[in-house]
Amino acid sequence: MEQPKYGFWLPPNISTHGAEIDNLISAVHWFMAVLFIGWGLYLVYCLFKFRERPGHEADVTGNAHFILPKYIEIGIIVIEACLLIFFSAPIWARVKQDFPKESEALVVKVTAEQFAWTIHYPGRDGKFGQLKNELIDGTNPTGLDRNDPNGVDDIISPNFLNIPVNKKIIVQLSAKDVIHNFFLPVMRVKQDAIPGMTIPLWFEATQTGKFEIACAQLCGVGHTQMRGFFNVMTQEEYDAWYNEEEKSLLGDAATATEPTGENK
Amino acid sequence: MSHDSHNHSHGHDHSHGGHELPFWRKYIFSTDHKVIGLQYGITAVFFLLFGFSLMLLMRWQLAFPKQAIPLIGKLFTEDGVLSPELYNQFGAMHGTIMVFLGVVPLAVGAFGNYLVPLQVGAHDMAFPKLNMMSYWVYFVGGIVMLLSFMTPTGAAASGWTSYPPLSVVNGPGEGFWGGLFTGQSMWLLGMVFLITSSLLGSVNTIVTAIQLRVKGLSFMRWPVLVWAQVTTAFLLLLAFPPLEAAGIMQLMDRVGGTSFFMPSGLVVSGEAWKASGGGNPILWQHLFWFLAHPEVYVLILPAVGIVGEIIAVNTKKPLYGYKTLVYSVLFLGFMSFIVWAHHMFMTGMGVTMSTFFQATTMIISVPSVIILTTYLLTLWGASIRYTVPMLFATAFLPMFAIGGLTGLPLGLTASDIHLHDTYYVIGHFHYVVAPGTLFALMAGVYHWYPKISGRFMSDTLGKIHFWLSVIAINGVFMPMFFMGMAGVSRRLYDQTVYAHGLAAQPLNVIMSVSAWILAIAQLPFLYNMATSWKWGKKAESNNPWGATTLEWAASSPPPHENFTTPVEVYRAPYEYSSNKKLLPQFVQEA
Repeated sequence: MEQPKYGFWLPPNISTHGAEIDNLISAVHWFMAVLFIGWGLYLVYCLFKFRERPGHEADVTGNAHFILPKYIEIGIIVIEACLLIFFSAPIWARVKQDFPKESEALVVKVTAEQFAWTIHYPGRDGKFGQLKNELIDGTNPTGLDRNDPNGVDDIISPNFLNIPVNKKIIVQLSAKDVIHNFFLPVMRVKQDAIPGMTIPLWFEATQTGKFEIACAQLCGVGHTQMRGFFNVMTQEEYDAWYNEEEKSLLGDAATATEPTGENK
Repeated sequence: MSHDSHNHSHGHDHSHGGHELPFWRKYIFSTDHKVIGLQYGITAVFFLLFGFSLMLLMRWQLAFPKQAIPLIGKLFTEDGVLSPELYNQFGAMHGTIMVFLGVVPLAVGAFGNYLVPLQVGAHDMAFPKLNMMSYWVYFVGGIVMLLSFMTPTGAAASGWTSYPPLSVVNGPGEGFWGGLFTGQSMWLLGMVFLITSSLLGSVNTIVTAIQLRVKGLSFMRWPVLVWAQVTTAFLLLLAFPPLEAAGIMQLMDRVGGTSFFMPSGLVVSGEAWKASGGGNPILWQHLFWFLAHPEVYVLILPAVGIVGEIIAVNTKKPLYGYKTLVYSVLFLGFMSFIVWAHHMFMTGMGVTMSTFFQATTMIISVPSVIILTTYLLTLWGASIRYTVPMLFATAFLPMFAIGGLTGLPLGLTASDIHLHDTYYVIGHFHYVVAPGTLFALMAGVYHWYPKISGRFMSDTLGKIHFWLSVIAINGVFMPMFFMGMAGVSRRLYDQTVYAHGLAAQPLNVIMSVSAWILAIAQLPFLYNMATSWKWGKKAESNNPWGATTLEWAASSPPPHENFTTPVEVYRAPYEYSSNKKLLPQFVQEA
């Protein structure tokens, strides 16, 4: 796994939907650059050409009437409308609304708190155990009820989101205390985690590697330290990690009876 | 106008009869709009410098994380390193102070107060005592904000947006009084005062500009500055009350055990939060941004007005497309009420809502472009006189353009996914407010200084101030766009924790050094402002720039009640005479 290269521009993109976002960002910036350079050249020309000097008088007749700016303005409106209608709105719909089927995806719960991320896998039954506030303590950050049949095989992974590559991931995002923001720079994923709500989001990684989860919403004095990690692994690596976790949770007996491989 | 009845109602005519008002009535609790304007101006400049200083300290931590601040660091913490607690407090208070105690009071309180009555030919504001009250309520609000640094937990530390639940759970304090005497509660209390002050001021501006117009001054003869100030006043009047209510609600959440903004089932630091719950933190964001988006236009419109006046005077030709400009300002004001949720795209917004708000956001760019275009076209065929105010006004144009254009990728939801809450946003709005609005306000200070004091500010010092500022300020804000692109979140105490933050860290050093140079660049300005009052070059006439609007008909400085002789308006603000020169509104051509 090679280290991602970061610099003074967009970080590398390893998501299936990120290229569209990056293309829109480039397109908008080209549009901005053309406008700004056009205005800039005109401005510099005027500032020099129409400077106060002996023998030069301002033309105050008010007869000057410019046609071109009207068409530039119409052009700006048309381009903005196209960017909105053909790019921004459809991309947003695909990213935020067209969710993959849960049966085809890996569903995980991510719960933010001051100042950590708790990643919660539903286990082989594909069902999340109940979360109960009264069970929250130092070892059980989200209050998972292990006595709930659905919760027996759930895996809790503090600050580490491990996912297989080329698989759709659905994250059910929430927060315990204040508003956080789940930001995966290389994934072009950003979503507020708001207490009292569970907000779903999805993405799919195209490359393996070790990356970071950043908090993008001021959440208190440790905001900077709220760094999580996410590892994109091959399916085999992921299965190996998962079985290891499961073994340490349930012991050898439980895993032996279950088929390995796909988890839902 | 000279026969206006209200002037006889508050007994100031006595001052003409020989006995002067006592000092404290004339300069402290004055009802004269010019004195109040200056009070606003001086207080606002103090707060601007204070808010700027907070950022200068934060920029040390950002450039050289966890290294002790040289010389003065020990004043703040034992080891001289700015702590994350102080960093968050300074960040929240920098934003609050710059916006609510600095730029708005200077743009609206000072320039609006001083110039609107003069430009419409009034003897004073319509409600002079309300005007005085507006200033003093603002003053109290400022004191409350400053005192909040003295509380046991320090000042507010939840950003200038004060998002709950963080703002409610941050240093809650014990009981009602303990809860009230905390930075976050005093922030809310201070905001209530500041909003009240803005409401009092806005009513006054609207009534004065409309009701006290001198004979001949129809609406379409209003100078651009009056249009801008009146539109601003309407924004203040209509947008601020929701946050006043919301501020009191959040205060109740903090000290009264209510939960307007607190959802059920909160667990803070491992403890269940003791409140009934059932509230919604997103409600606060809606109420806040319903104020704070029009607020952006409260910041920019007075600047647009000032720049318009200065460009008209120094190009020595009429503003191009005055009517288009006026309608654009009005449309901008109206649209600013229906774009607020573009600040909240990341809260989880469906396609319908997000499409509506990004559409309105794209629409609001249209009048902004028109305003910029009319100013640019005014330059065509001009004879541009490069006075110091004109230098600042010209610099405003490309700076405002950068600020406006960079709003596009933020206003489009899809590109906003990556850029939201990064330094890109910081760069965007600072370009609008700092080299945009603040440059315009500085232009305004240089431009109207001869009117206010009867003396010019030094040209040489002004040019030093301008060139240093324009270079340094771009050094501060331009790298922010690259930093934001790299994905560095705003409000991070130490971005080098993250790999992508570490890679972008050299930009922070450039920004910090530029910020300190920018601070030094303001010294000639402050010195110039202070010394020219007494020793500046005397303005030879009432209208030394050859301007066209009514304030230049009054003597410099204008006396109490402004105009000693009756004035009348004969034409639109930027018209020319038969000999092809600009002709003041107040001169009847022979």
